[in-house]
Amino acid sequence: MSVRIQEKEDVTIRFAGDSGDGMQLTGSQFTNTTALAGNDLSTLPDFPAEIRAPQGTVAGVSGFQIHFGSKAIHTPGDSCDVLVVMNAAALKANLKYLKAGGIIIANEDGFGKRDLNLAKYGPEDNPLDQVQTSGFGLVRLDVTKLTRASLQDSGLPPKDVDRCKNMFVLGVIYWLFSRDVKPTVTFVEKKFSKKPEIADANVTALKAGYAYGGATELFSERYSVNAAQIEPGTYRNITGNEAAVIGLAAATEKSGIDLFLGTYPITPASDILHGLSKLKNYNIRTFQAEDEIAAVTSAIGAAFGGSLGVTSSSGPGIALKTEAIALAMMLELPLLIINVQRAGPSTGMPTKTEQSDLLQAVYGRAGESPLAVVAPASPADCFEMIFEASRIALEHMIPVMFLSDGYIANGAEPWKFPKSSDLKDINVSYAKPREAEDEAYLPYLRDDRLVRKWAIPGTKGLEHRIGGLEKEDKTGNISYDPDNHHKMTHLRAQKRDNIANFIPEQQIDEGANSGKVLVVGWGSTYGSIKAAVHEVNRGGLAASHAHIRYLSPFPKNLETIFSRFDVILVPEINNGQLIKMLRDQFPEYTFHGYNRITGVPFSVSSLCDAIERASKF
Amino acid sequence: MSVKEKNTNGQTAMPKLKGKDFASDQDVRWCPGCGDYTILKQVQNLMPELGVPKENIAFIAGIGCSSRFPYYMDTFGMHSIHGRAPAIATGLKVTRPELSVWVITGDGDALSIGGNHLIHALRRNVDINILLFNNEIYGLTKGQYSPTSKEGMVTKSTPMGSLDHPFNPAALAMGADAGFFARAMDRDPKHLNEIMARTHEHKGTSLLEIYQNCIVFNDGAFEVYTDKQRRSETALYLEQGKPLVFGNDADKGIRLDGMKPQVVKLGDEFSESDLWVHDEKDHFKAYLLSRFFEDNRHEDKLPRPFGVFYDVERPTYDEMVNLQVEAAVKKMGKGNLDDLIAGTETWIVR
Repeated sequence: MSVRIQEKEDVTIRFAGDSGDGMQLTGSQFTNTTALAGNDLSTLPDFPAEIRAPQGTVAGVSGFQIHFGSKAIHTPGDSCDVLVVMNAAALKANLKYLKAGGIIIANEDGFGKRDLNLAKYGPEDNPLDQVQTSGFGLVRLDVTKLTRASLQDSGLPPKDVDRCKNMFVLGVIYWLFSRDVKPTVTFVEKKFSKKPEIADANVTALKAGYAYGGATELFSERYSVNAAQIEPGTYRNITGNEAAVIGLAAATEKSGIDLFLGTYPITPASDILHGLSKLKNYNIRTFQAEDEIAAVTSAIGAAFGGSLGVTSSSGPGIALKTEAIALAMMLELPLLIINVQRAGPSTGMPTKTEQSDLLQAVYGRAGESPLAVVAPASPADCFEMIFEASRIALEHMIPVMFLSDGYIANGAEPWKFPKSSDLKDINVSYAKPREAEDEAYLPYLRDDRLVRKWAIPGTKGLEHRIGGLEKEDKTGNISYDPDNHHKMTHLRAQKRDNIANFIPEQQIDEGANSGKVLVVGWGSTYGSIKAAVHEVNRGGLAASHAHIRYLSPFPKNLETIFSRFDVILVPEINNGQLIKMLRDQFPEYTFHGYNRITGVPFSVSSLCDAIERASKF
Repeated sequence: MSVKEKNTNGQTAMPKLKGKDFASDQDVRWCPGCGDYTILKQVQNLMPELGVPKENIAFIAGIGCSSRFPYYMDTFGMHSIHGRAPAIATGLKVTRPELSVWVITGDGDALSIGGNHLIHALRRNVDINILLFNNEIYGLTKGQYSPTSKEGMVTKSTPMGSLDHPFNPAALAMGADAGFFARAMDRDPKHLNEIMARTHEHKGTSLLEIYQNCIVFNDGAFEVYTDKQRRSETALYLEQGKPLVFGNDADKGIRLDGMKPQVVKLGDEFSESDLWVHDEKDHFKAYLLSRFFEDNRHEDKLPRPFGVFYDVERPTYDEMVNLQVEAAVKKMGKGNLDDLIAGTETWIVR
């Protein structure tokens, strides 16, 4: 049977099914195989908020989107070309993401009367027929029946047989996109090495699906997506939270300082705890504290003792830690605070993404409490930026906030990873042991960067007291002296500002060094902005993209960059936070905001429109 | 004294430090007559006896009058934020198990704003020593009732009397599965010193409640137990293996009538051999002792116990955390960063 193979530059597939249908595994397997085939790609899981939402309902739908191509891919895709749905609820929840004329591959078995009811379709509805008349392509697969047929000789109980349905579907998709099944076969065999009968069943279903794709006339064409022009090197796939974990292990090794994570579970930050708790043989200790406050204060205790103190949370937890973060700032100890932002305020939408904790990070504490803030631009960038955050904390004796978000944390992309020998050492300056006849020890004596030395308990002659009360310059003794307080307030601010001398200058990420529109972003909007700027420039606009990863202090050359453009556009998934900081620090420039707060990343097309509008200002 | 003295070979030798070597150069600023002074002095006196190098001692405090304590000790110290000292001490001890870590806290700091951290430290059994200065009042904020203030107490914030039922710190500690609980008082420094030494000796979280007089806002709160004239009738000094005897002429004792403690007069009917013998290894007896907590303004029933209620060791949290680290290294070898970075699945783009 010869089906025409059509070449595509990029394709977006969305897998959707009930939480129990194994869509995340299906998606991640397709991702690995796609990466091995040399495509550039970007992925995003879409979890239901409830762990075990009622089966078959819209609330229980779990999705996974992958955008891959032979060109550079920066986002998981605004909408999909192919939507794979395992039941009626999955179709209902995800049809809005399908492009006009897109293809639906539906498990027909998931569209029975009961399924339609649970998905809240009306008694007259026949959604599969309806989508066909709406101009979508539809491929019906009776997955349950086909999977059972392929495994009729397996001897497995029906429950285990039905668990292989996702592998059958994956096999069909592999055929459709001309992919090799081998990487998934290897994966399955390894995963179920202790249950060979389960491994065999999964492999059989996968291969049956692949064969079924070719044997039937369901599909009029197949697709192929060629390998992308990617910078040569060794790659792996990585999520933001994974990259953060590995980055912390790297900072531990490159500083020679043990790491202590004090944390309390919270979505979407918990995977950082899970990851680090497995790295006990990397000089890393993790502590699941009784609450957010104990989490951060235990990290401060560890920092006092000479460890790199780390705490991880999301916005609501960070709010609880605020007083302690200010204490660490006042003590001038190294502390790394990870905020994997989610949609707020209050409990908000825990599984959805947002960039609305920037002002909290920069300003949200009692008193004048300056600290450093950095933000990764993409999942893989979490590695470099958390390493940077650790470096700044340790070398400048200051708390640093690392602002990731749910989209970066769970999204994945290929990462051309470095060798450990390529990473720079982190240099810490310690106070030296003293003898009794030596001069009195001054815990708040500063070097020319205004950084004090780390005086670790156990070091002879360094006995000293630190605390949250205002301290006298140099001695650290309690002081209520008015001039001293004024001086110390400015010293702490200047110390933070001095970090600007020790961070890289701002780069232009896309486009020319000068032009009509400069799009300034931060955090997880990187991919969408880069893709949008690329797009509008193809259309003849002179736009550029600068993505700020060091948010407090800003890179020193920011103003020079601003001066080279006519219009500055600041898109943010919040109500305008970076823009407030920019207006405050660069009052002579006009900044235009573009703000959408929907819990999902910007679509590239909406950004293109925003940039085009801005170009007419 | 000079810290160093030359010995006959001209080499330096460390003479034993004295209590005053543990006093910092800061002026102590508690109210004159505050019970905190005695406690500070006893802590300073105890330090040279511990056999711990001075630089390996850390005092962590929260907020409140008592929490100023670290500033007056010439050791490593941190005056932190309200209620969080046990959590800070946990992070410090887990990462630096060789340090002797002390938490200084008060009834508001430990039992109100920091109640959560106290109970979790106790159940985890981190090897830290917690000295809880209980004065049944908020001193630093100038006289509001505390979580240990008696019901009906008239304070600045309770003009018609407090409606709060107070915490019983001993019962709270036992409920949180503390491995060590003891009680002492500022007015009996010798006993205080002795019990502090026991607090340090216990491996695991040790909680020592110290009745401390606030001379300004709650003067005489514990006088019924601490006053030298009345003490023998109201305070029961616990001694391991000894019967529970008290009274001016050691003429009273506690006997167990089934599970119920009973005050008996020693004489014809009862002798010492009928009395409850103190056993600090006995969980059940410690529970009962913790309930010797009657309001002393009422007609006295049971005396208030002082000394070590309970002292049983179990593996400490800090020890176990570090054993897991050792076990992980033993099982998997020292982590290789390049392996971790590369993960399990990689591909090469040429």
